Amino acid sequence: MLLRHTTKEIKERKALMVNPAKTCQPIGAMYAALGVHACLPHSHGSQGCYAYHRSTLTRHYKEPVMAATSAFTEGASVFGGQANLLQAIDNIFTVYEPEVIAVHTTCLSETIGDDIPQIVKKAEADGKIPAGKYVFHANTPSYVGSHVTGFSNMTKAMVDYFSEKNGRKTNAINLIPGFVEPADMSEIKRMAAALGVDVIMFPDTANVLNGPLTGKFKMYPEGGVTIEQLKLTGWSTGTIALGEMASGAAAKALDAKCKVPCRVLNLPIGLHDTDIFIDTLHRMAGVNVPEEINLERGQLVDAISDWQQYLYGKRVALVGDPDQLLSLTRFLVALDMKPVYMVTGSPAGKKYAQALQGTVAEIPDQVQIKVPGDMFLLHQWIKNEPVDLIIGNTYAKYIARDEDIPLVRFGFPILDRLGHSYFSTFGYRGALRLLEKMLNALLDRKDRDSSDIEFELVM
Amino acid sequence: MSAIPILKERQKQIYQKGRTPFEMTCEKHSLAGSVSQRACVFCGSRVVLYPISDALHLIHGPIGCAAYTWDIRGALSSGPQLHRLSFSTDLQEKEVIFGGEPKLYQALIELIDTYRPKAAFVYSTCIVGIIGDDVEAVCKKVSRERKIPVLAVHSEGFKGTKKDGYKAACDALFQLVGTGSVQDIAPAGINILGEFNIGGEAWIIKKYYERMGVQVVSVMTGDGRVDEIRKLHGAALNVVQCSGAMTFLAEMLKEKYGIPYIRVSYFGIDDMAKALYDVADHFEDDPGIKERARKLVRDEVNAIYPKLKEIRKDLSGKRAAIYVGGAFKAFSLIKALRYLGMKVILAGSQTGNKIDYEILRDMCDEGTVILDDANPLELSKYIIEKRADLFIGGVKERPMAYKLGIGFCDHNHERKIPLAGFEGMLNFAREVHTSVTSPVWQFVPFRQR
Repeated sequence: MLLRHTTKEIKERKALMVNPAKTCQPIGAMYAALGVHACLPHSHGSQGCYAYHRSTLTRHYKEPVMAATSAFTEGASVFGGQANLLQAIDNIFTVYEPEVIAVHTTCLSETIGDDIPQIVKKAEADGKIPAGKYVFHANTPSYVGSHVTGFSNMTKAMVDYFSEKNGRKTNAINLIPGFVEPADMSEIKRMAAALGVDVIMFPDTANVLNGPLTGKFKMYPEGGVTIEQLKLTGWSTGTIALGEMASGAAAKALDAKCKVPCRVLNLPIGLHDTDIFIDTLHRMAGVNVPEEINLERGQLVDAISDWQQYLYGKRVALVGDPDQLLSLTRFLVALDMKPVYMVTGSPAGKKYAQALQGTVAEIPDQVQIKVPGDMFLLHQWIKNEPVDLIIGNTYAKYIARDEDIPLVRFGFPILDRLGHSYFSTFGYRGALRLLEKMLNALLDRKDRDSSDIEFELVM
Repeated sequence: MSAIPILKERQKQIYQKGRTPFEMTCEKHSLAGSVSQRACVFCGSRVVLYPISDALHLIHGPIGCAAYTWDIRGALSSGPQLHRLSFSTDLQEKEVIFGGEPKLYQALIELIDTYRPKAAFVYSTCIVGIIGDDVEAVCKKVSRERKIPVLAVHSEGFKGTKKDGYKAACDALFQLVGTGSVQDIAPAGINILGEFNIGGEAWIIKKYYERMGVQVVSVMTGDGRVDEIRKLHGAALNVVQCSGAMTFLAEMLKEKYGIPYIRVSYFGIDDMAKALYDVADHFEDDPGIKERARKLVRDEVNAIYPKLKEIRKDLSGKRAAIYVGGAFKAFSLIKALRYLGMKVILAGSQTGNKIDYEILRDMCDEGTVILDDANPLELSKYIIEKRADLFIGGVKERPMAYKLGIGFCDHNHERKIPLAGFEGMLNFAREVHTSVTSPVWQFVPFRQR
């Protein structure tokens, strides 16, 4: 019992976070920046921050993760980090030769009050930024929001710095994918291509954090949105932002800056939310939905009908990021399952909590939702009344083991299994994969727990 | 492969034996803008203290520092598992403005009342140093009220390097020393310092010493317990592994309690045997200890030797690159790899000092590249140029090695099997063999041409 120290009795905690279901802003900013082609994320803070972010991303993706740091010393913390950042910009363009540097702040540089735009301006005036190269930034104080906020801020910064408007329009649609896997980003692009829609996706970590083994080490892999594409986002017909918390801010900023109308949707996880995504995309772009996509939808519904008897009434506990939880919960309800416990570590707000509550309004069981909460609380709920399935990141495996409940790994980080980098959970195909994973977990358990007499060949 | 640019300031942190004059610069703060593989002060403190499993470890700061260090290092405990949970004060903007002391106090009280730990460590993070919380005062107050030691660890990330974090951890540990009874400690009693029980390594080492008739008073800090720390001043000798982490504590123990210390490595046959003999030599009044050590080494080496010989056949002539945290580890690795018939073509460390690099230079063959605080471009450049077959490093280096199409061995947090001791040497050989001879490398594009 690894978590034997978890008490069943639930006491209100005011000052303490135990087993967090979130982490801090800068890692989200770093991840978003990796979705820009030939971009080197730069952490303006202590050396440890970026070492931790790189290690965590490396463990999740099993890929080299490149970033630089201002390597704050005590002196920088007293006198400000301007000298460090200036030196860093100079060194980075000299040695690592990126097209663009994406600076994010940390709790340290935020608190001492470094003014990043002013420092970047100075670097420019000093001729430290080569012609045709860029430095952009986002403020990402670690003590505000969560890793999702950091992603959102860096994505919005792409709009603030690069999106241009010149009065002309293209047929392209901007897609902001949210804090999701490279495989999910590829799947969104595949669906859009099937509809024949020309898209600009930003950020785009496909083929950055799930690249091939080539025998070569590349600081900057093939993938990522280019600065040219980011500039063109201001000319597009419209923007679809997936996930309010991760993508809403960038879409609204683009609307305000370049008058590109936007729709903010749920992540296309599960049947309903994929329907809405496809519907919005085809209307916005003025195209028809091809038979290929209809077929995928039909297959998903077919599979659900084939297996519904094993899904019915299953109690599920979920922990994850706000945007993911919302769509996922909705999908589970559509599958006749009962999402009963939901925890997200991110402070996503009251309106969000209400929306989440709305998805489970029909569930007859007592539902517990905590925004923001932690995994310790989730475990306590489960101890008081168990569930049939847990969905969460790798850290949920402690709970799954102690309580002997099957776990489907979903979210960030996943440190111990293959799959998330290559197989999307988005769209109808992704929903089919999620369905498969949940069914396998439930049916493996049923096989394991059946007596010899009840053990069934055909299911 | 085109030449990669190397910063002028970095040129003295790279040395090729026989090619360039040796004027290695090290123990420098990393250059701003470098893609260094190093971490911070907090990281140093956290890895040293974390294995003490009946103590509470509370991280005072925003959530990240706690989230990224939540059970990432497999320091095994045979008893309590409290150290595998993640406790944070999760500081918010409000506290950054008005101070985090009340929140810290409340968090400590809640935790201590729930878990009744033997002691509590409170880690300061960057922000705490900036907003000026008096962590020491809060710790003292809680200590008085709850009657357990509550120790402030001064590990603000920006206040130096990982090494300074080791020192902060040792300072905290030292406050516990001397508060326990030393009655039941035998004359031949030692402390094992700088062994963190990754993959159960401390258990292997401890058993060796016990078989020699030496009492292990405490292991710092693998599978550690607060009561062991309290009485470790009763030992006659400190045996220090891992050059950086625990030498500070050994020095303090020497100064205050007059306990001598020796530096050892448990990695590879030669160094492992030497560690046991060195300890036996210290207790020369009891010749039985040396005798038993000799027998132990003989038995253990005989047990693994035939298997190692088999493995050596395949590995002979293969080339290895080493990039590790402390340079001391690199010394052992070089010897162990040579034992397997392998050649070291690159050796580097994050935190080595001048003497370390001189030893490295003397150990290495002509042409070997020696690096201090390297970046990925430098590492990949030399791996390709020197045609390495194996890379030994930590978490951030693994995918890089694989991308280059060569084998990898984690000699850091993420080793899953014990690599220390005689059986560890066999594990190491097997792991290296598995990775270097994996059939996957034949599919790497440049090998298929």
